[in-house]
Amino acid sequence: METLLLSRIQFAANISFHILFPTITIALAWFLVVFKIQHNRTGAEVWMRAYRFWVKVFALSFALGVVSGITMSFQFGTNWPGYMATVGNIAGPLLGYEVLTAFFMEATFLGIMLFGMNRVSNRIHTLATVLVAIGTSLSAFWILSLNSWMHTPAGFEMRDGVAFPVSWWAIIFNPSMPYRLIHMMLASGLTAAFLMAGLSAYRLLKGDHKPAPRLTLKVSVFAAALLIPLQIFMGDLHGLNTLEHQPAKVAAMEGLWETQQGAPLVLFGLPDETEKRNRYALEIPGGASFILTHDWQGEVRGLNEFENEHPPVSPVFWGFRIMVGLGMLMLLVSWTAAWRLWRHKALPAWMLKVLVGMTFSGWVATLAGWYVTEIGRQPYLVSGLLTTADAVTSTPPTNVATSLAIYLTLYGVLLLAYMRTLFLIARKAVAVDRPEEIHTLQDQLNPIEQSPTGGGNRYA
Amino acid sequence: MPSGEAYWLPLIFMALMGVAFLVYAILDGYDLGVGILLPRNSEAQRDTMIASIGPFWDANETWLVLGVGIILIAFPAAHNVILLQLYIPVTLMLAGLILRGVAFDFRAKAPVDHKSWWDLAFWGGSLLATLSQGYMLGLYVMGFEQSWAAQAFALLSAICVTAGYCLIGAAWLVMKTEGELQARAARWARRCAWLMALGLVAVSLVNPMISERVYDRWLSDGPTQILLVIPLLCFLLFLINDRFLARFPFDNDFGCWLPFACTIGQFVLAFSALAYSFFPYVVPEQLTFWEASSAPESLRFILYGVVIVLPTIAFYTFYAYRVFWGKATELQYY
Repeated sequence: METLLLSRIQFAANISFHILFPTITIALAWFLVVFKIQHNRTGAEVWMRAYRFWVKVFALSFALGVVSGITMSFQFGTNWPGYMATVGNIAGPLLGYEVLTAFFMEATFLGIMLFGMNRVSNRIHTLATVLVAIGTSLSAFWILSLNSWMHTPAGFEMRDGVAFPVSWWAIIFNPSMPYRLIHMMLASGLTAAFLMAGLSAYRLLKGDHKPAPRLTLKVSVFAAALLIPLQIFMGDLHGLNTLEHQPAKVAAMEGLWETQQGAPLVLFGLPDETEKRNRYALEIPGGASFILTHDWQGEVRGLNEFENEHPPVSPVFWGFRIMVGLGMLMLLVSWTAAWRLWRHKALPAWMLKVLVGMTFSGWVATLAGWYVTEIGRQPYLVSGLLTTADAVTSTPPTNVATSLAIYLTLYGVLLLAYMRTLFLIARKAVAVDRPEEIHTLQDQLNPIEQSPTGGGNRYA
Repeated sequence: MPSGEAYWLPLIFMALMGVAFLVYAILDGYDLGVGILLPRNSEAQRDTMIASIGPFWDANETWLVLGVGIILIAFPAAHNVILLQLYIPVTLMLAGLILRGVAFDFRAKAPVDHKSWWDLAFWGGSLLATLSQGYMLGLYVMGFEQSWAAQAFALLSAICVTAGYCLIGAAWLVMKTEGELQARAARWARRCAWLMALGLVAVSLVNPMISERVYDRWLSDGPTQILLVIPLLCFLLFLINDRFLARFPFDNDFGCWLPFACTIGQFVLAFSALAYSFFPYVVPEQLTFWEASSAPESLRFILYGVVIVLPTIAFYTFYAYRVFWGKATELQYY
């Protein structure tokens, strides 16, 4: 295989592995803030139990996010030198601000958050938790700003084939940035919520009678039920924004080969690029036009208008359907579960099993969504400015094949270890038989004194 | 040579990059060193050693991201040339950093019978990362020359850097631990100091011999007397450290911070010597800082942030070290 294809696979592997962990930690950090503040407010032990269990998941996810993120910072130079050579004046400062404003803050206060509970006052510890949460979100802000700029570049001018900044405001808040940022933050919220619901349900199924897993189940199910309609609404807005700026991507998502009025919504089909049609297509007439133009007869541009300029159709088409399908499933599951929790205060075993099955559903949906948008930008690396092929390194393919093999092995092992460890710490937590009482008199009198600072076996 | 801000902006970022890499070598240096020193025969000591770096390693590693980030942001042309040359060692270093970073967390959470495997991963990852860093430094110093001499020099540099990291790691443990482990760390520190000193002497002798420009810089056209100060000071610090460690321990833990301070001094001196050898080249013999720099308007925009944020980072880093001041206790896991 040649260097270009290998480098693309490697970048996809690196960033796919990396994004799994920030997707969890961005929102989980805020869940932890809520747990901590609730504990401070009410003095109820159960919130601290929830905090102690989930901070472990957070620490592990964060560590994986950090180390895979370091890899990312080297990828630009090792594999895509043309990227920085062409748009380095734009990308550099955005990446720089991410390091300066986010990475140091989250890394430093994470130490205090994880290990400093009995070395600093409760107030400082809460502050450290909040700062870590702000740090993870800020990091998302900068990187999504840069990523969005690659989709919808703005605020720059080209001189001798190199991009120079004209307006930093226009660069940072480029046309697709607000949509992509909110879409991703909601995706993070849903991923963390389903992870929390899944592991909490798992603990209940394993016979955990302590109140903490019941509490986190409730919090996460209600959070998911709240976030999913927002996400569906936001996804629609993001789609319309993409239609305006990257119509070729939308045409590929919809599997629309010809520009037409009353374009059908293809529910299922096998896109065939050589014959330029969908085989076995199942369609709703006028559906795509209605969704995209809010008019059953509206005109939608097809792939024929972007000859040799449009992305490969199948991965975009399928990625989109997987994402949307999972979104619908999340809606169904979270609303059903929320309804039953509200009416019956508990979930039946089958419902808990469904939630366990959906523990990592957020990951799949997020990856599918990113594949849609990133593959959908091809053949460009930066829309209209730089093609992926022009940016690739001159490193010999054997080098890239070697590094790719190393990364894939490492990522495979780590992913497996990570998922197994999550369920392992859940089982360990079940085994701790210390059914605590909520709201004991002691707790209410002196919540801070009572909050335990002790060792490893005091899981919730 | 450019004038105005096109002249001084690259200089500022050069200094920042230097500071980032120096701080990285010191901070991540000690936690990588601790990783390499993990003893096979005592799990309790391994636990204490890892506890001593627990709250810091993550922020320490961020300095590497900042250093690489500054080359990427301010000197993109250099970033491309350097990383093209170092493709495989960079990959190995990253694999090492990934392994040790995650092993740190997994070892505390994995099933008990897996713990020693993660400790092994922590040790191996640390070693792989330091060896690759030293090897890359060697290749860089040799201007990415494709020769056996350059390869041999890079291997020498790999051992030297690893010894230096072990030294600062051992010195950290002398400062942060007590009892048997501390005494053990003092012995490690002494041995590593000798190894690093030998390495430094070898590098200092070999480097001018194989690089004409380094020879000229140090021995024919430079203000030689002043520059003799660097090796002399380095030797003095080595001597103080060695005598102190030979008579260790003292009553009331007297001067437990001294080896760490001496080692930092040696790192700073070695780094200054290196910087002096290469200025104004960012890629030896190929690209100067000015030639490789990005647009002034981009550098200016990022400089605002640096001026505001860097002191803040320094402040809360200092605060974090104060919070965890004193001897490392058993890892109070959340």
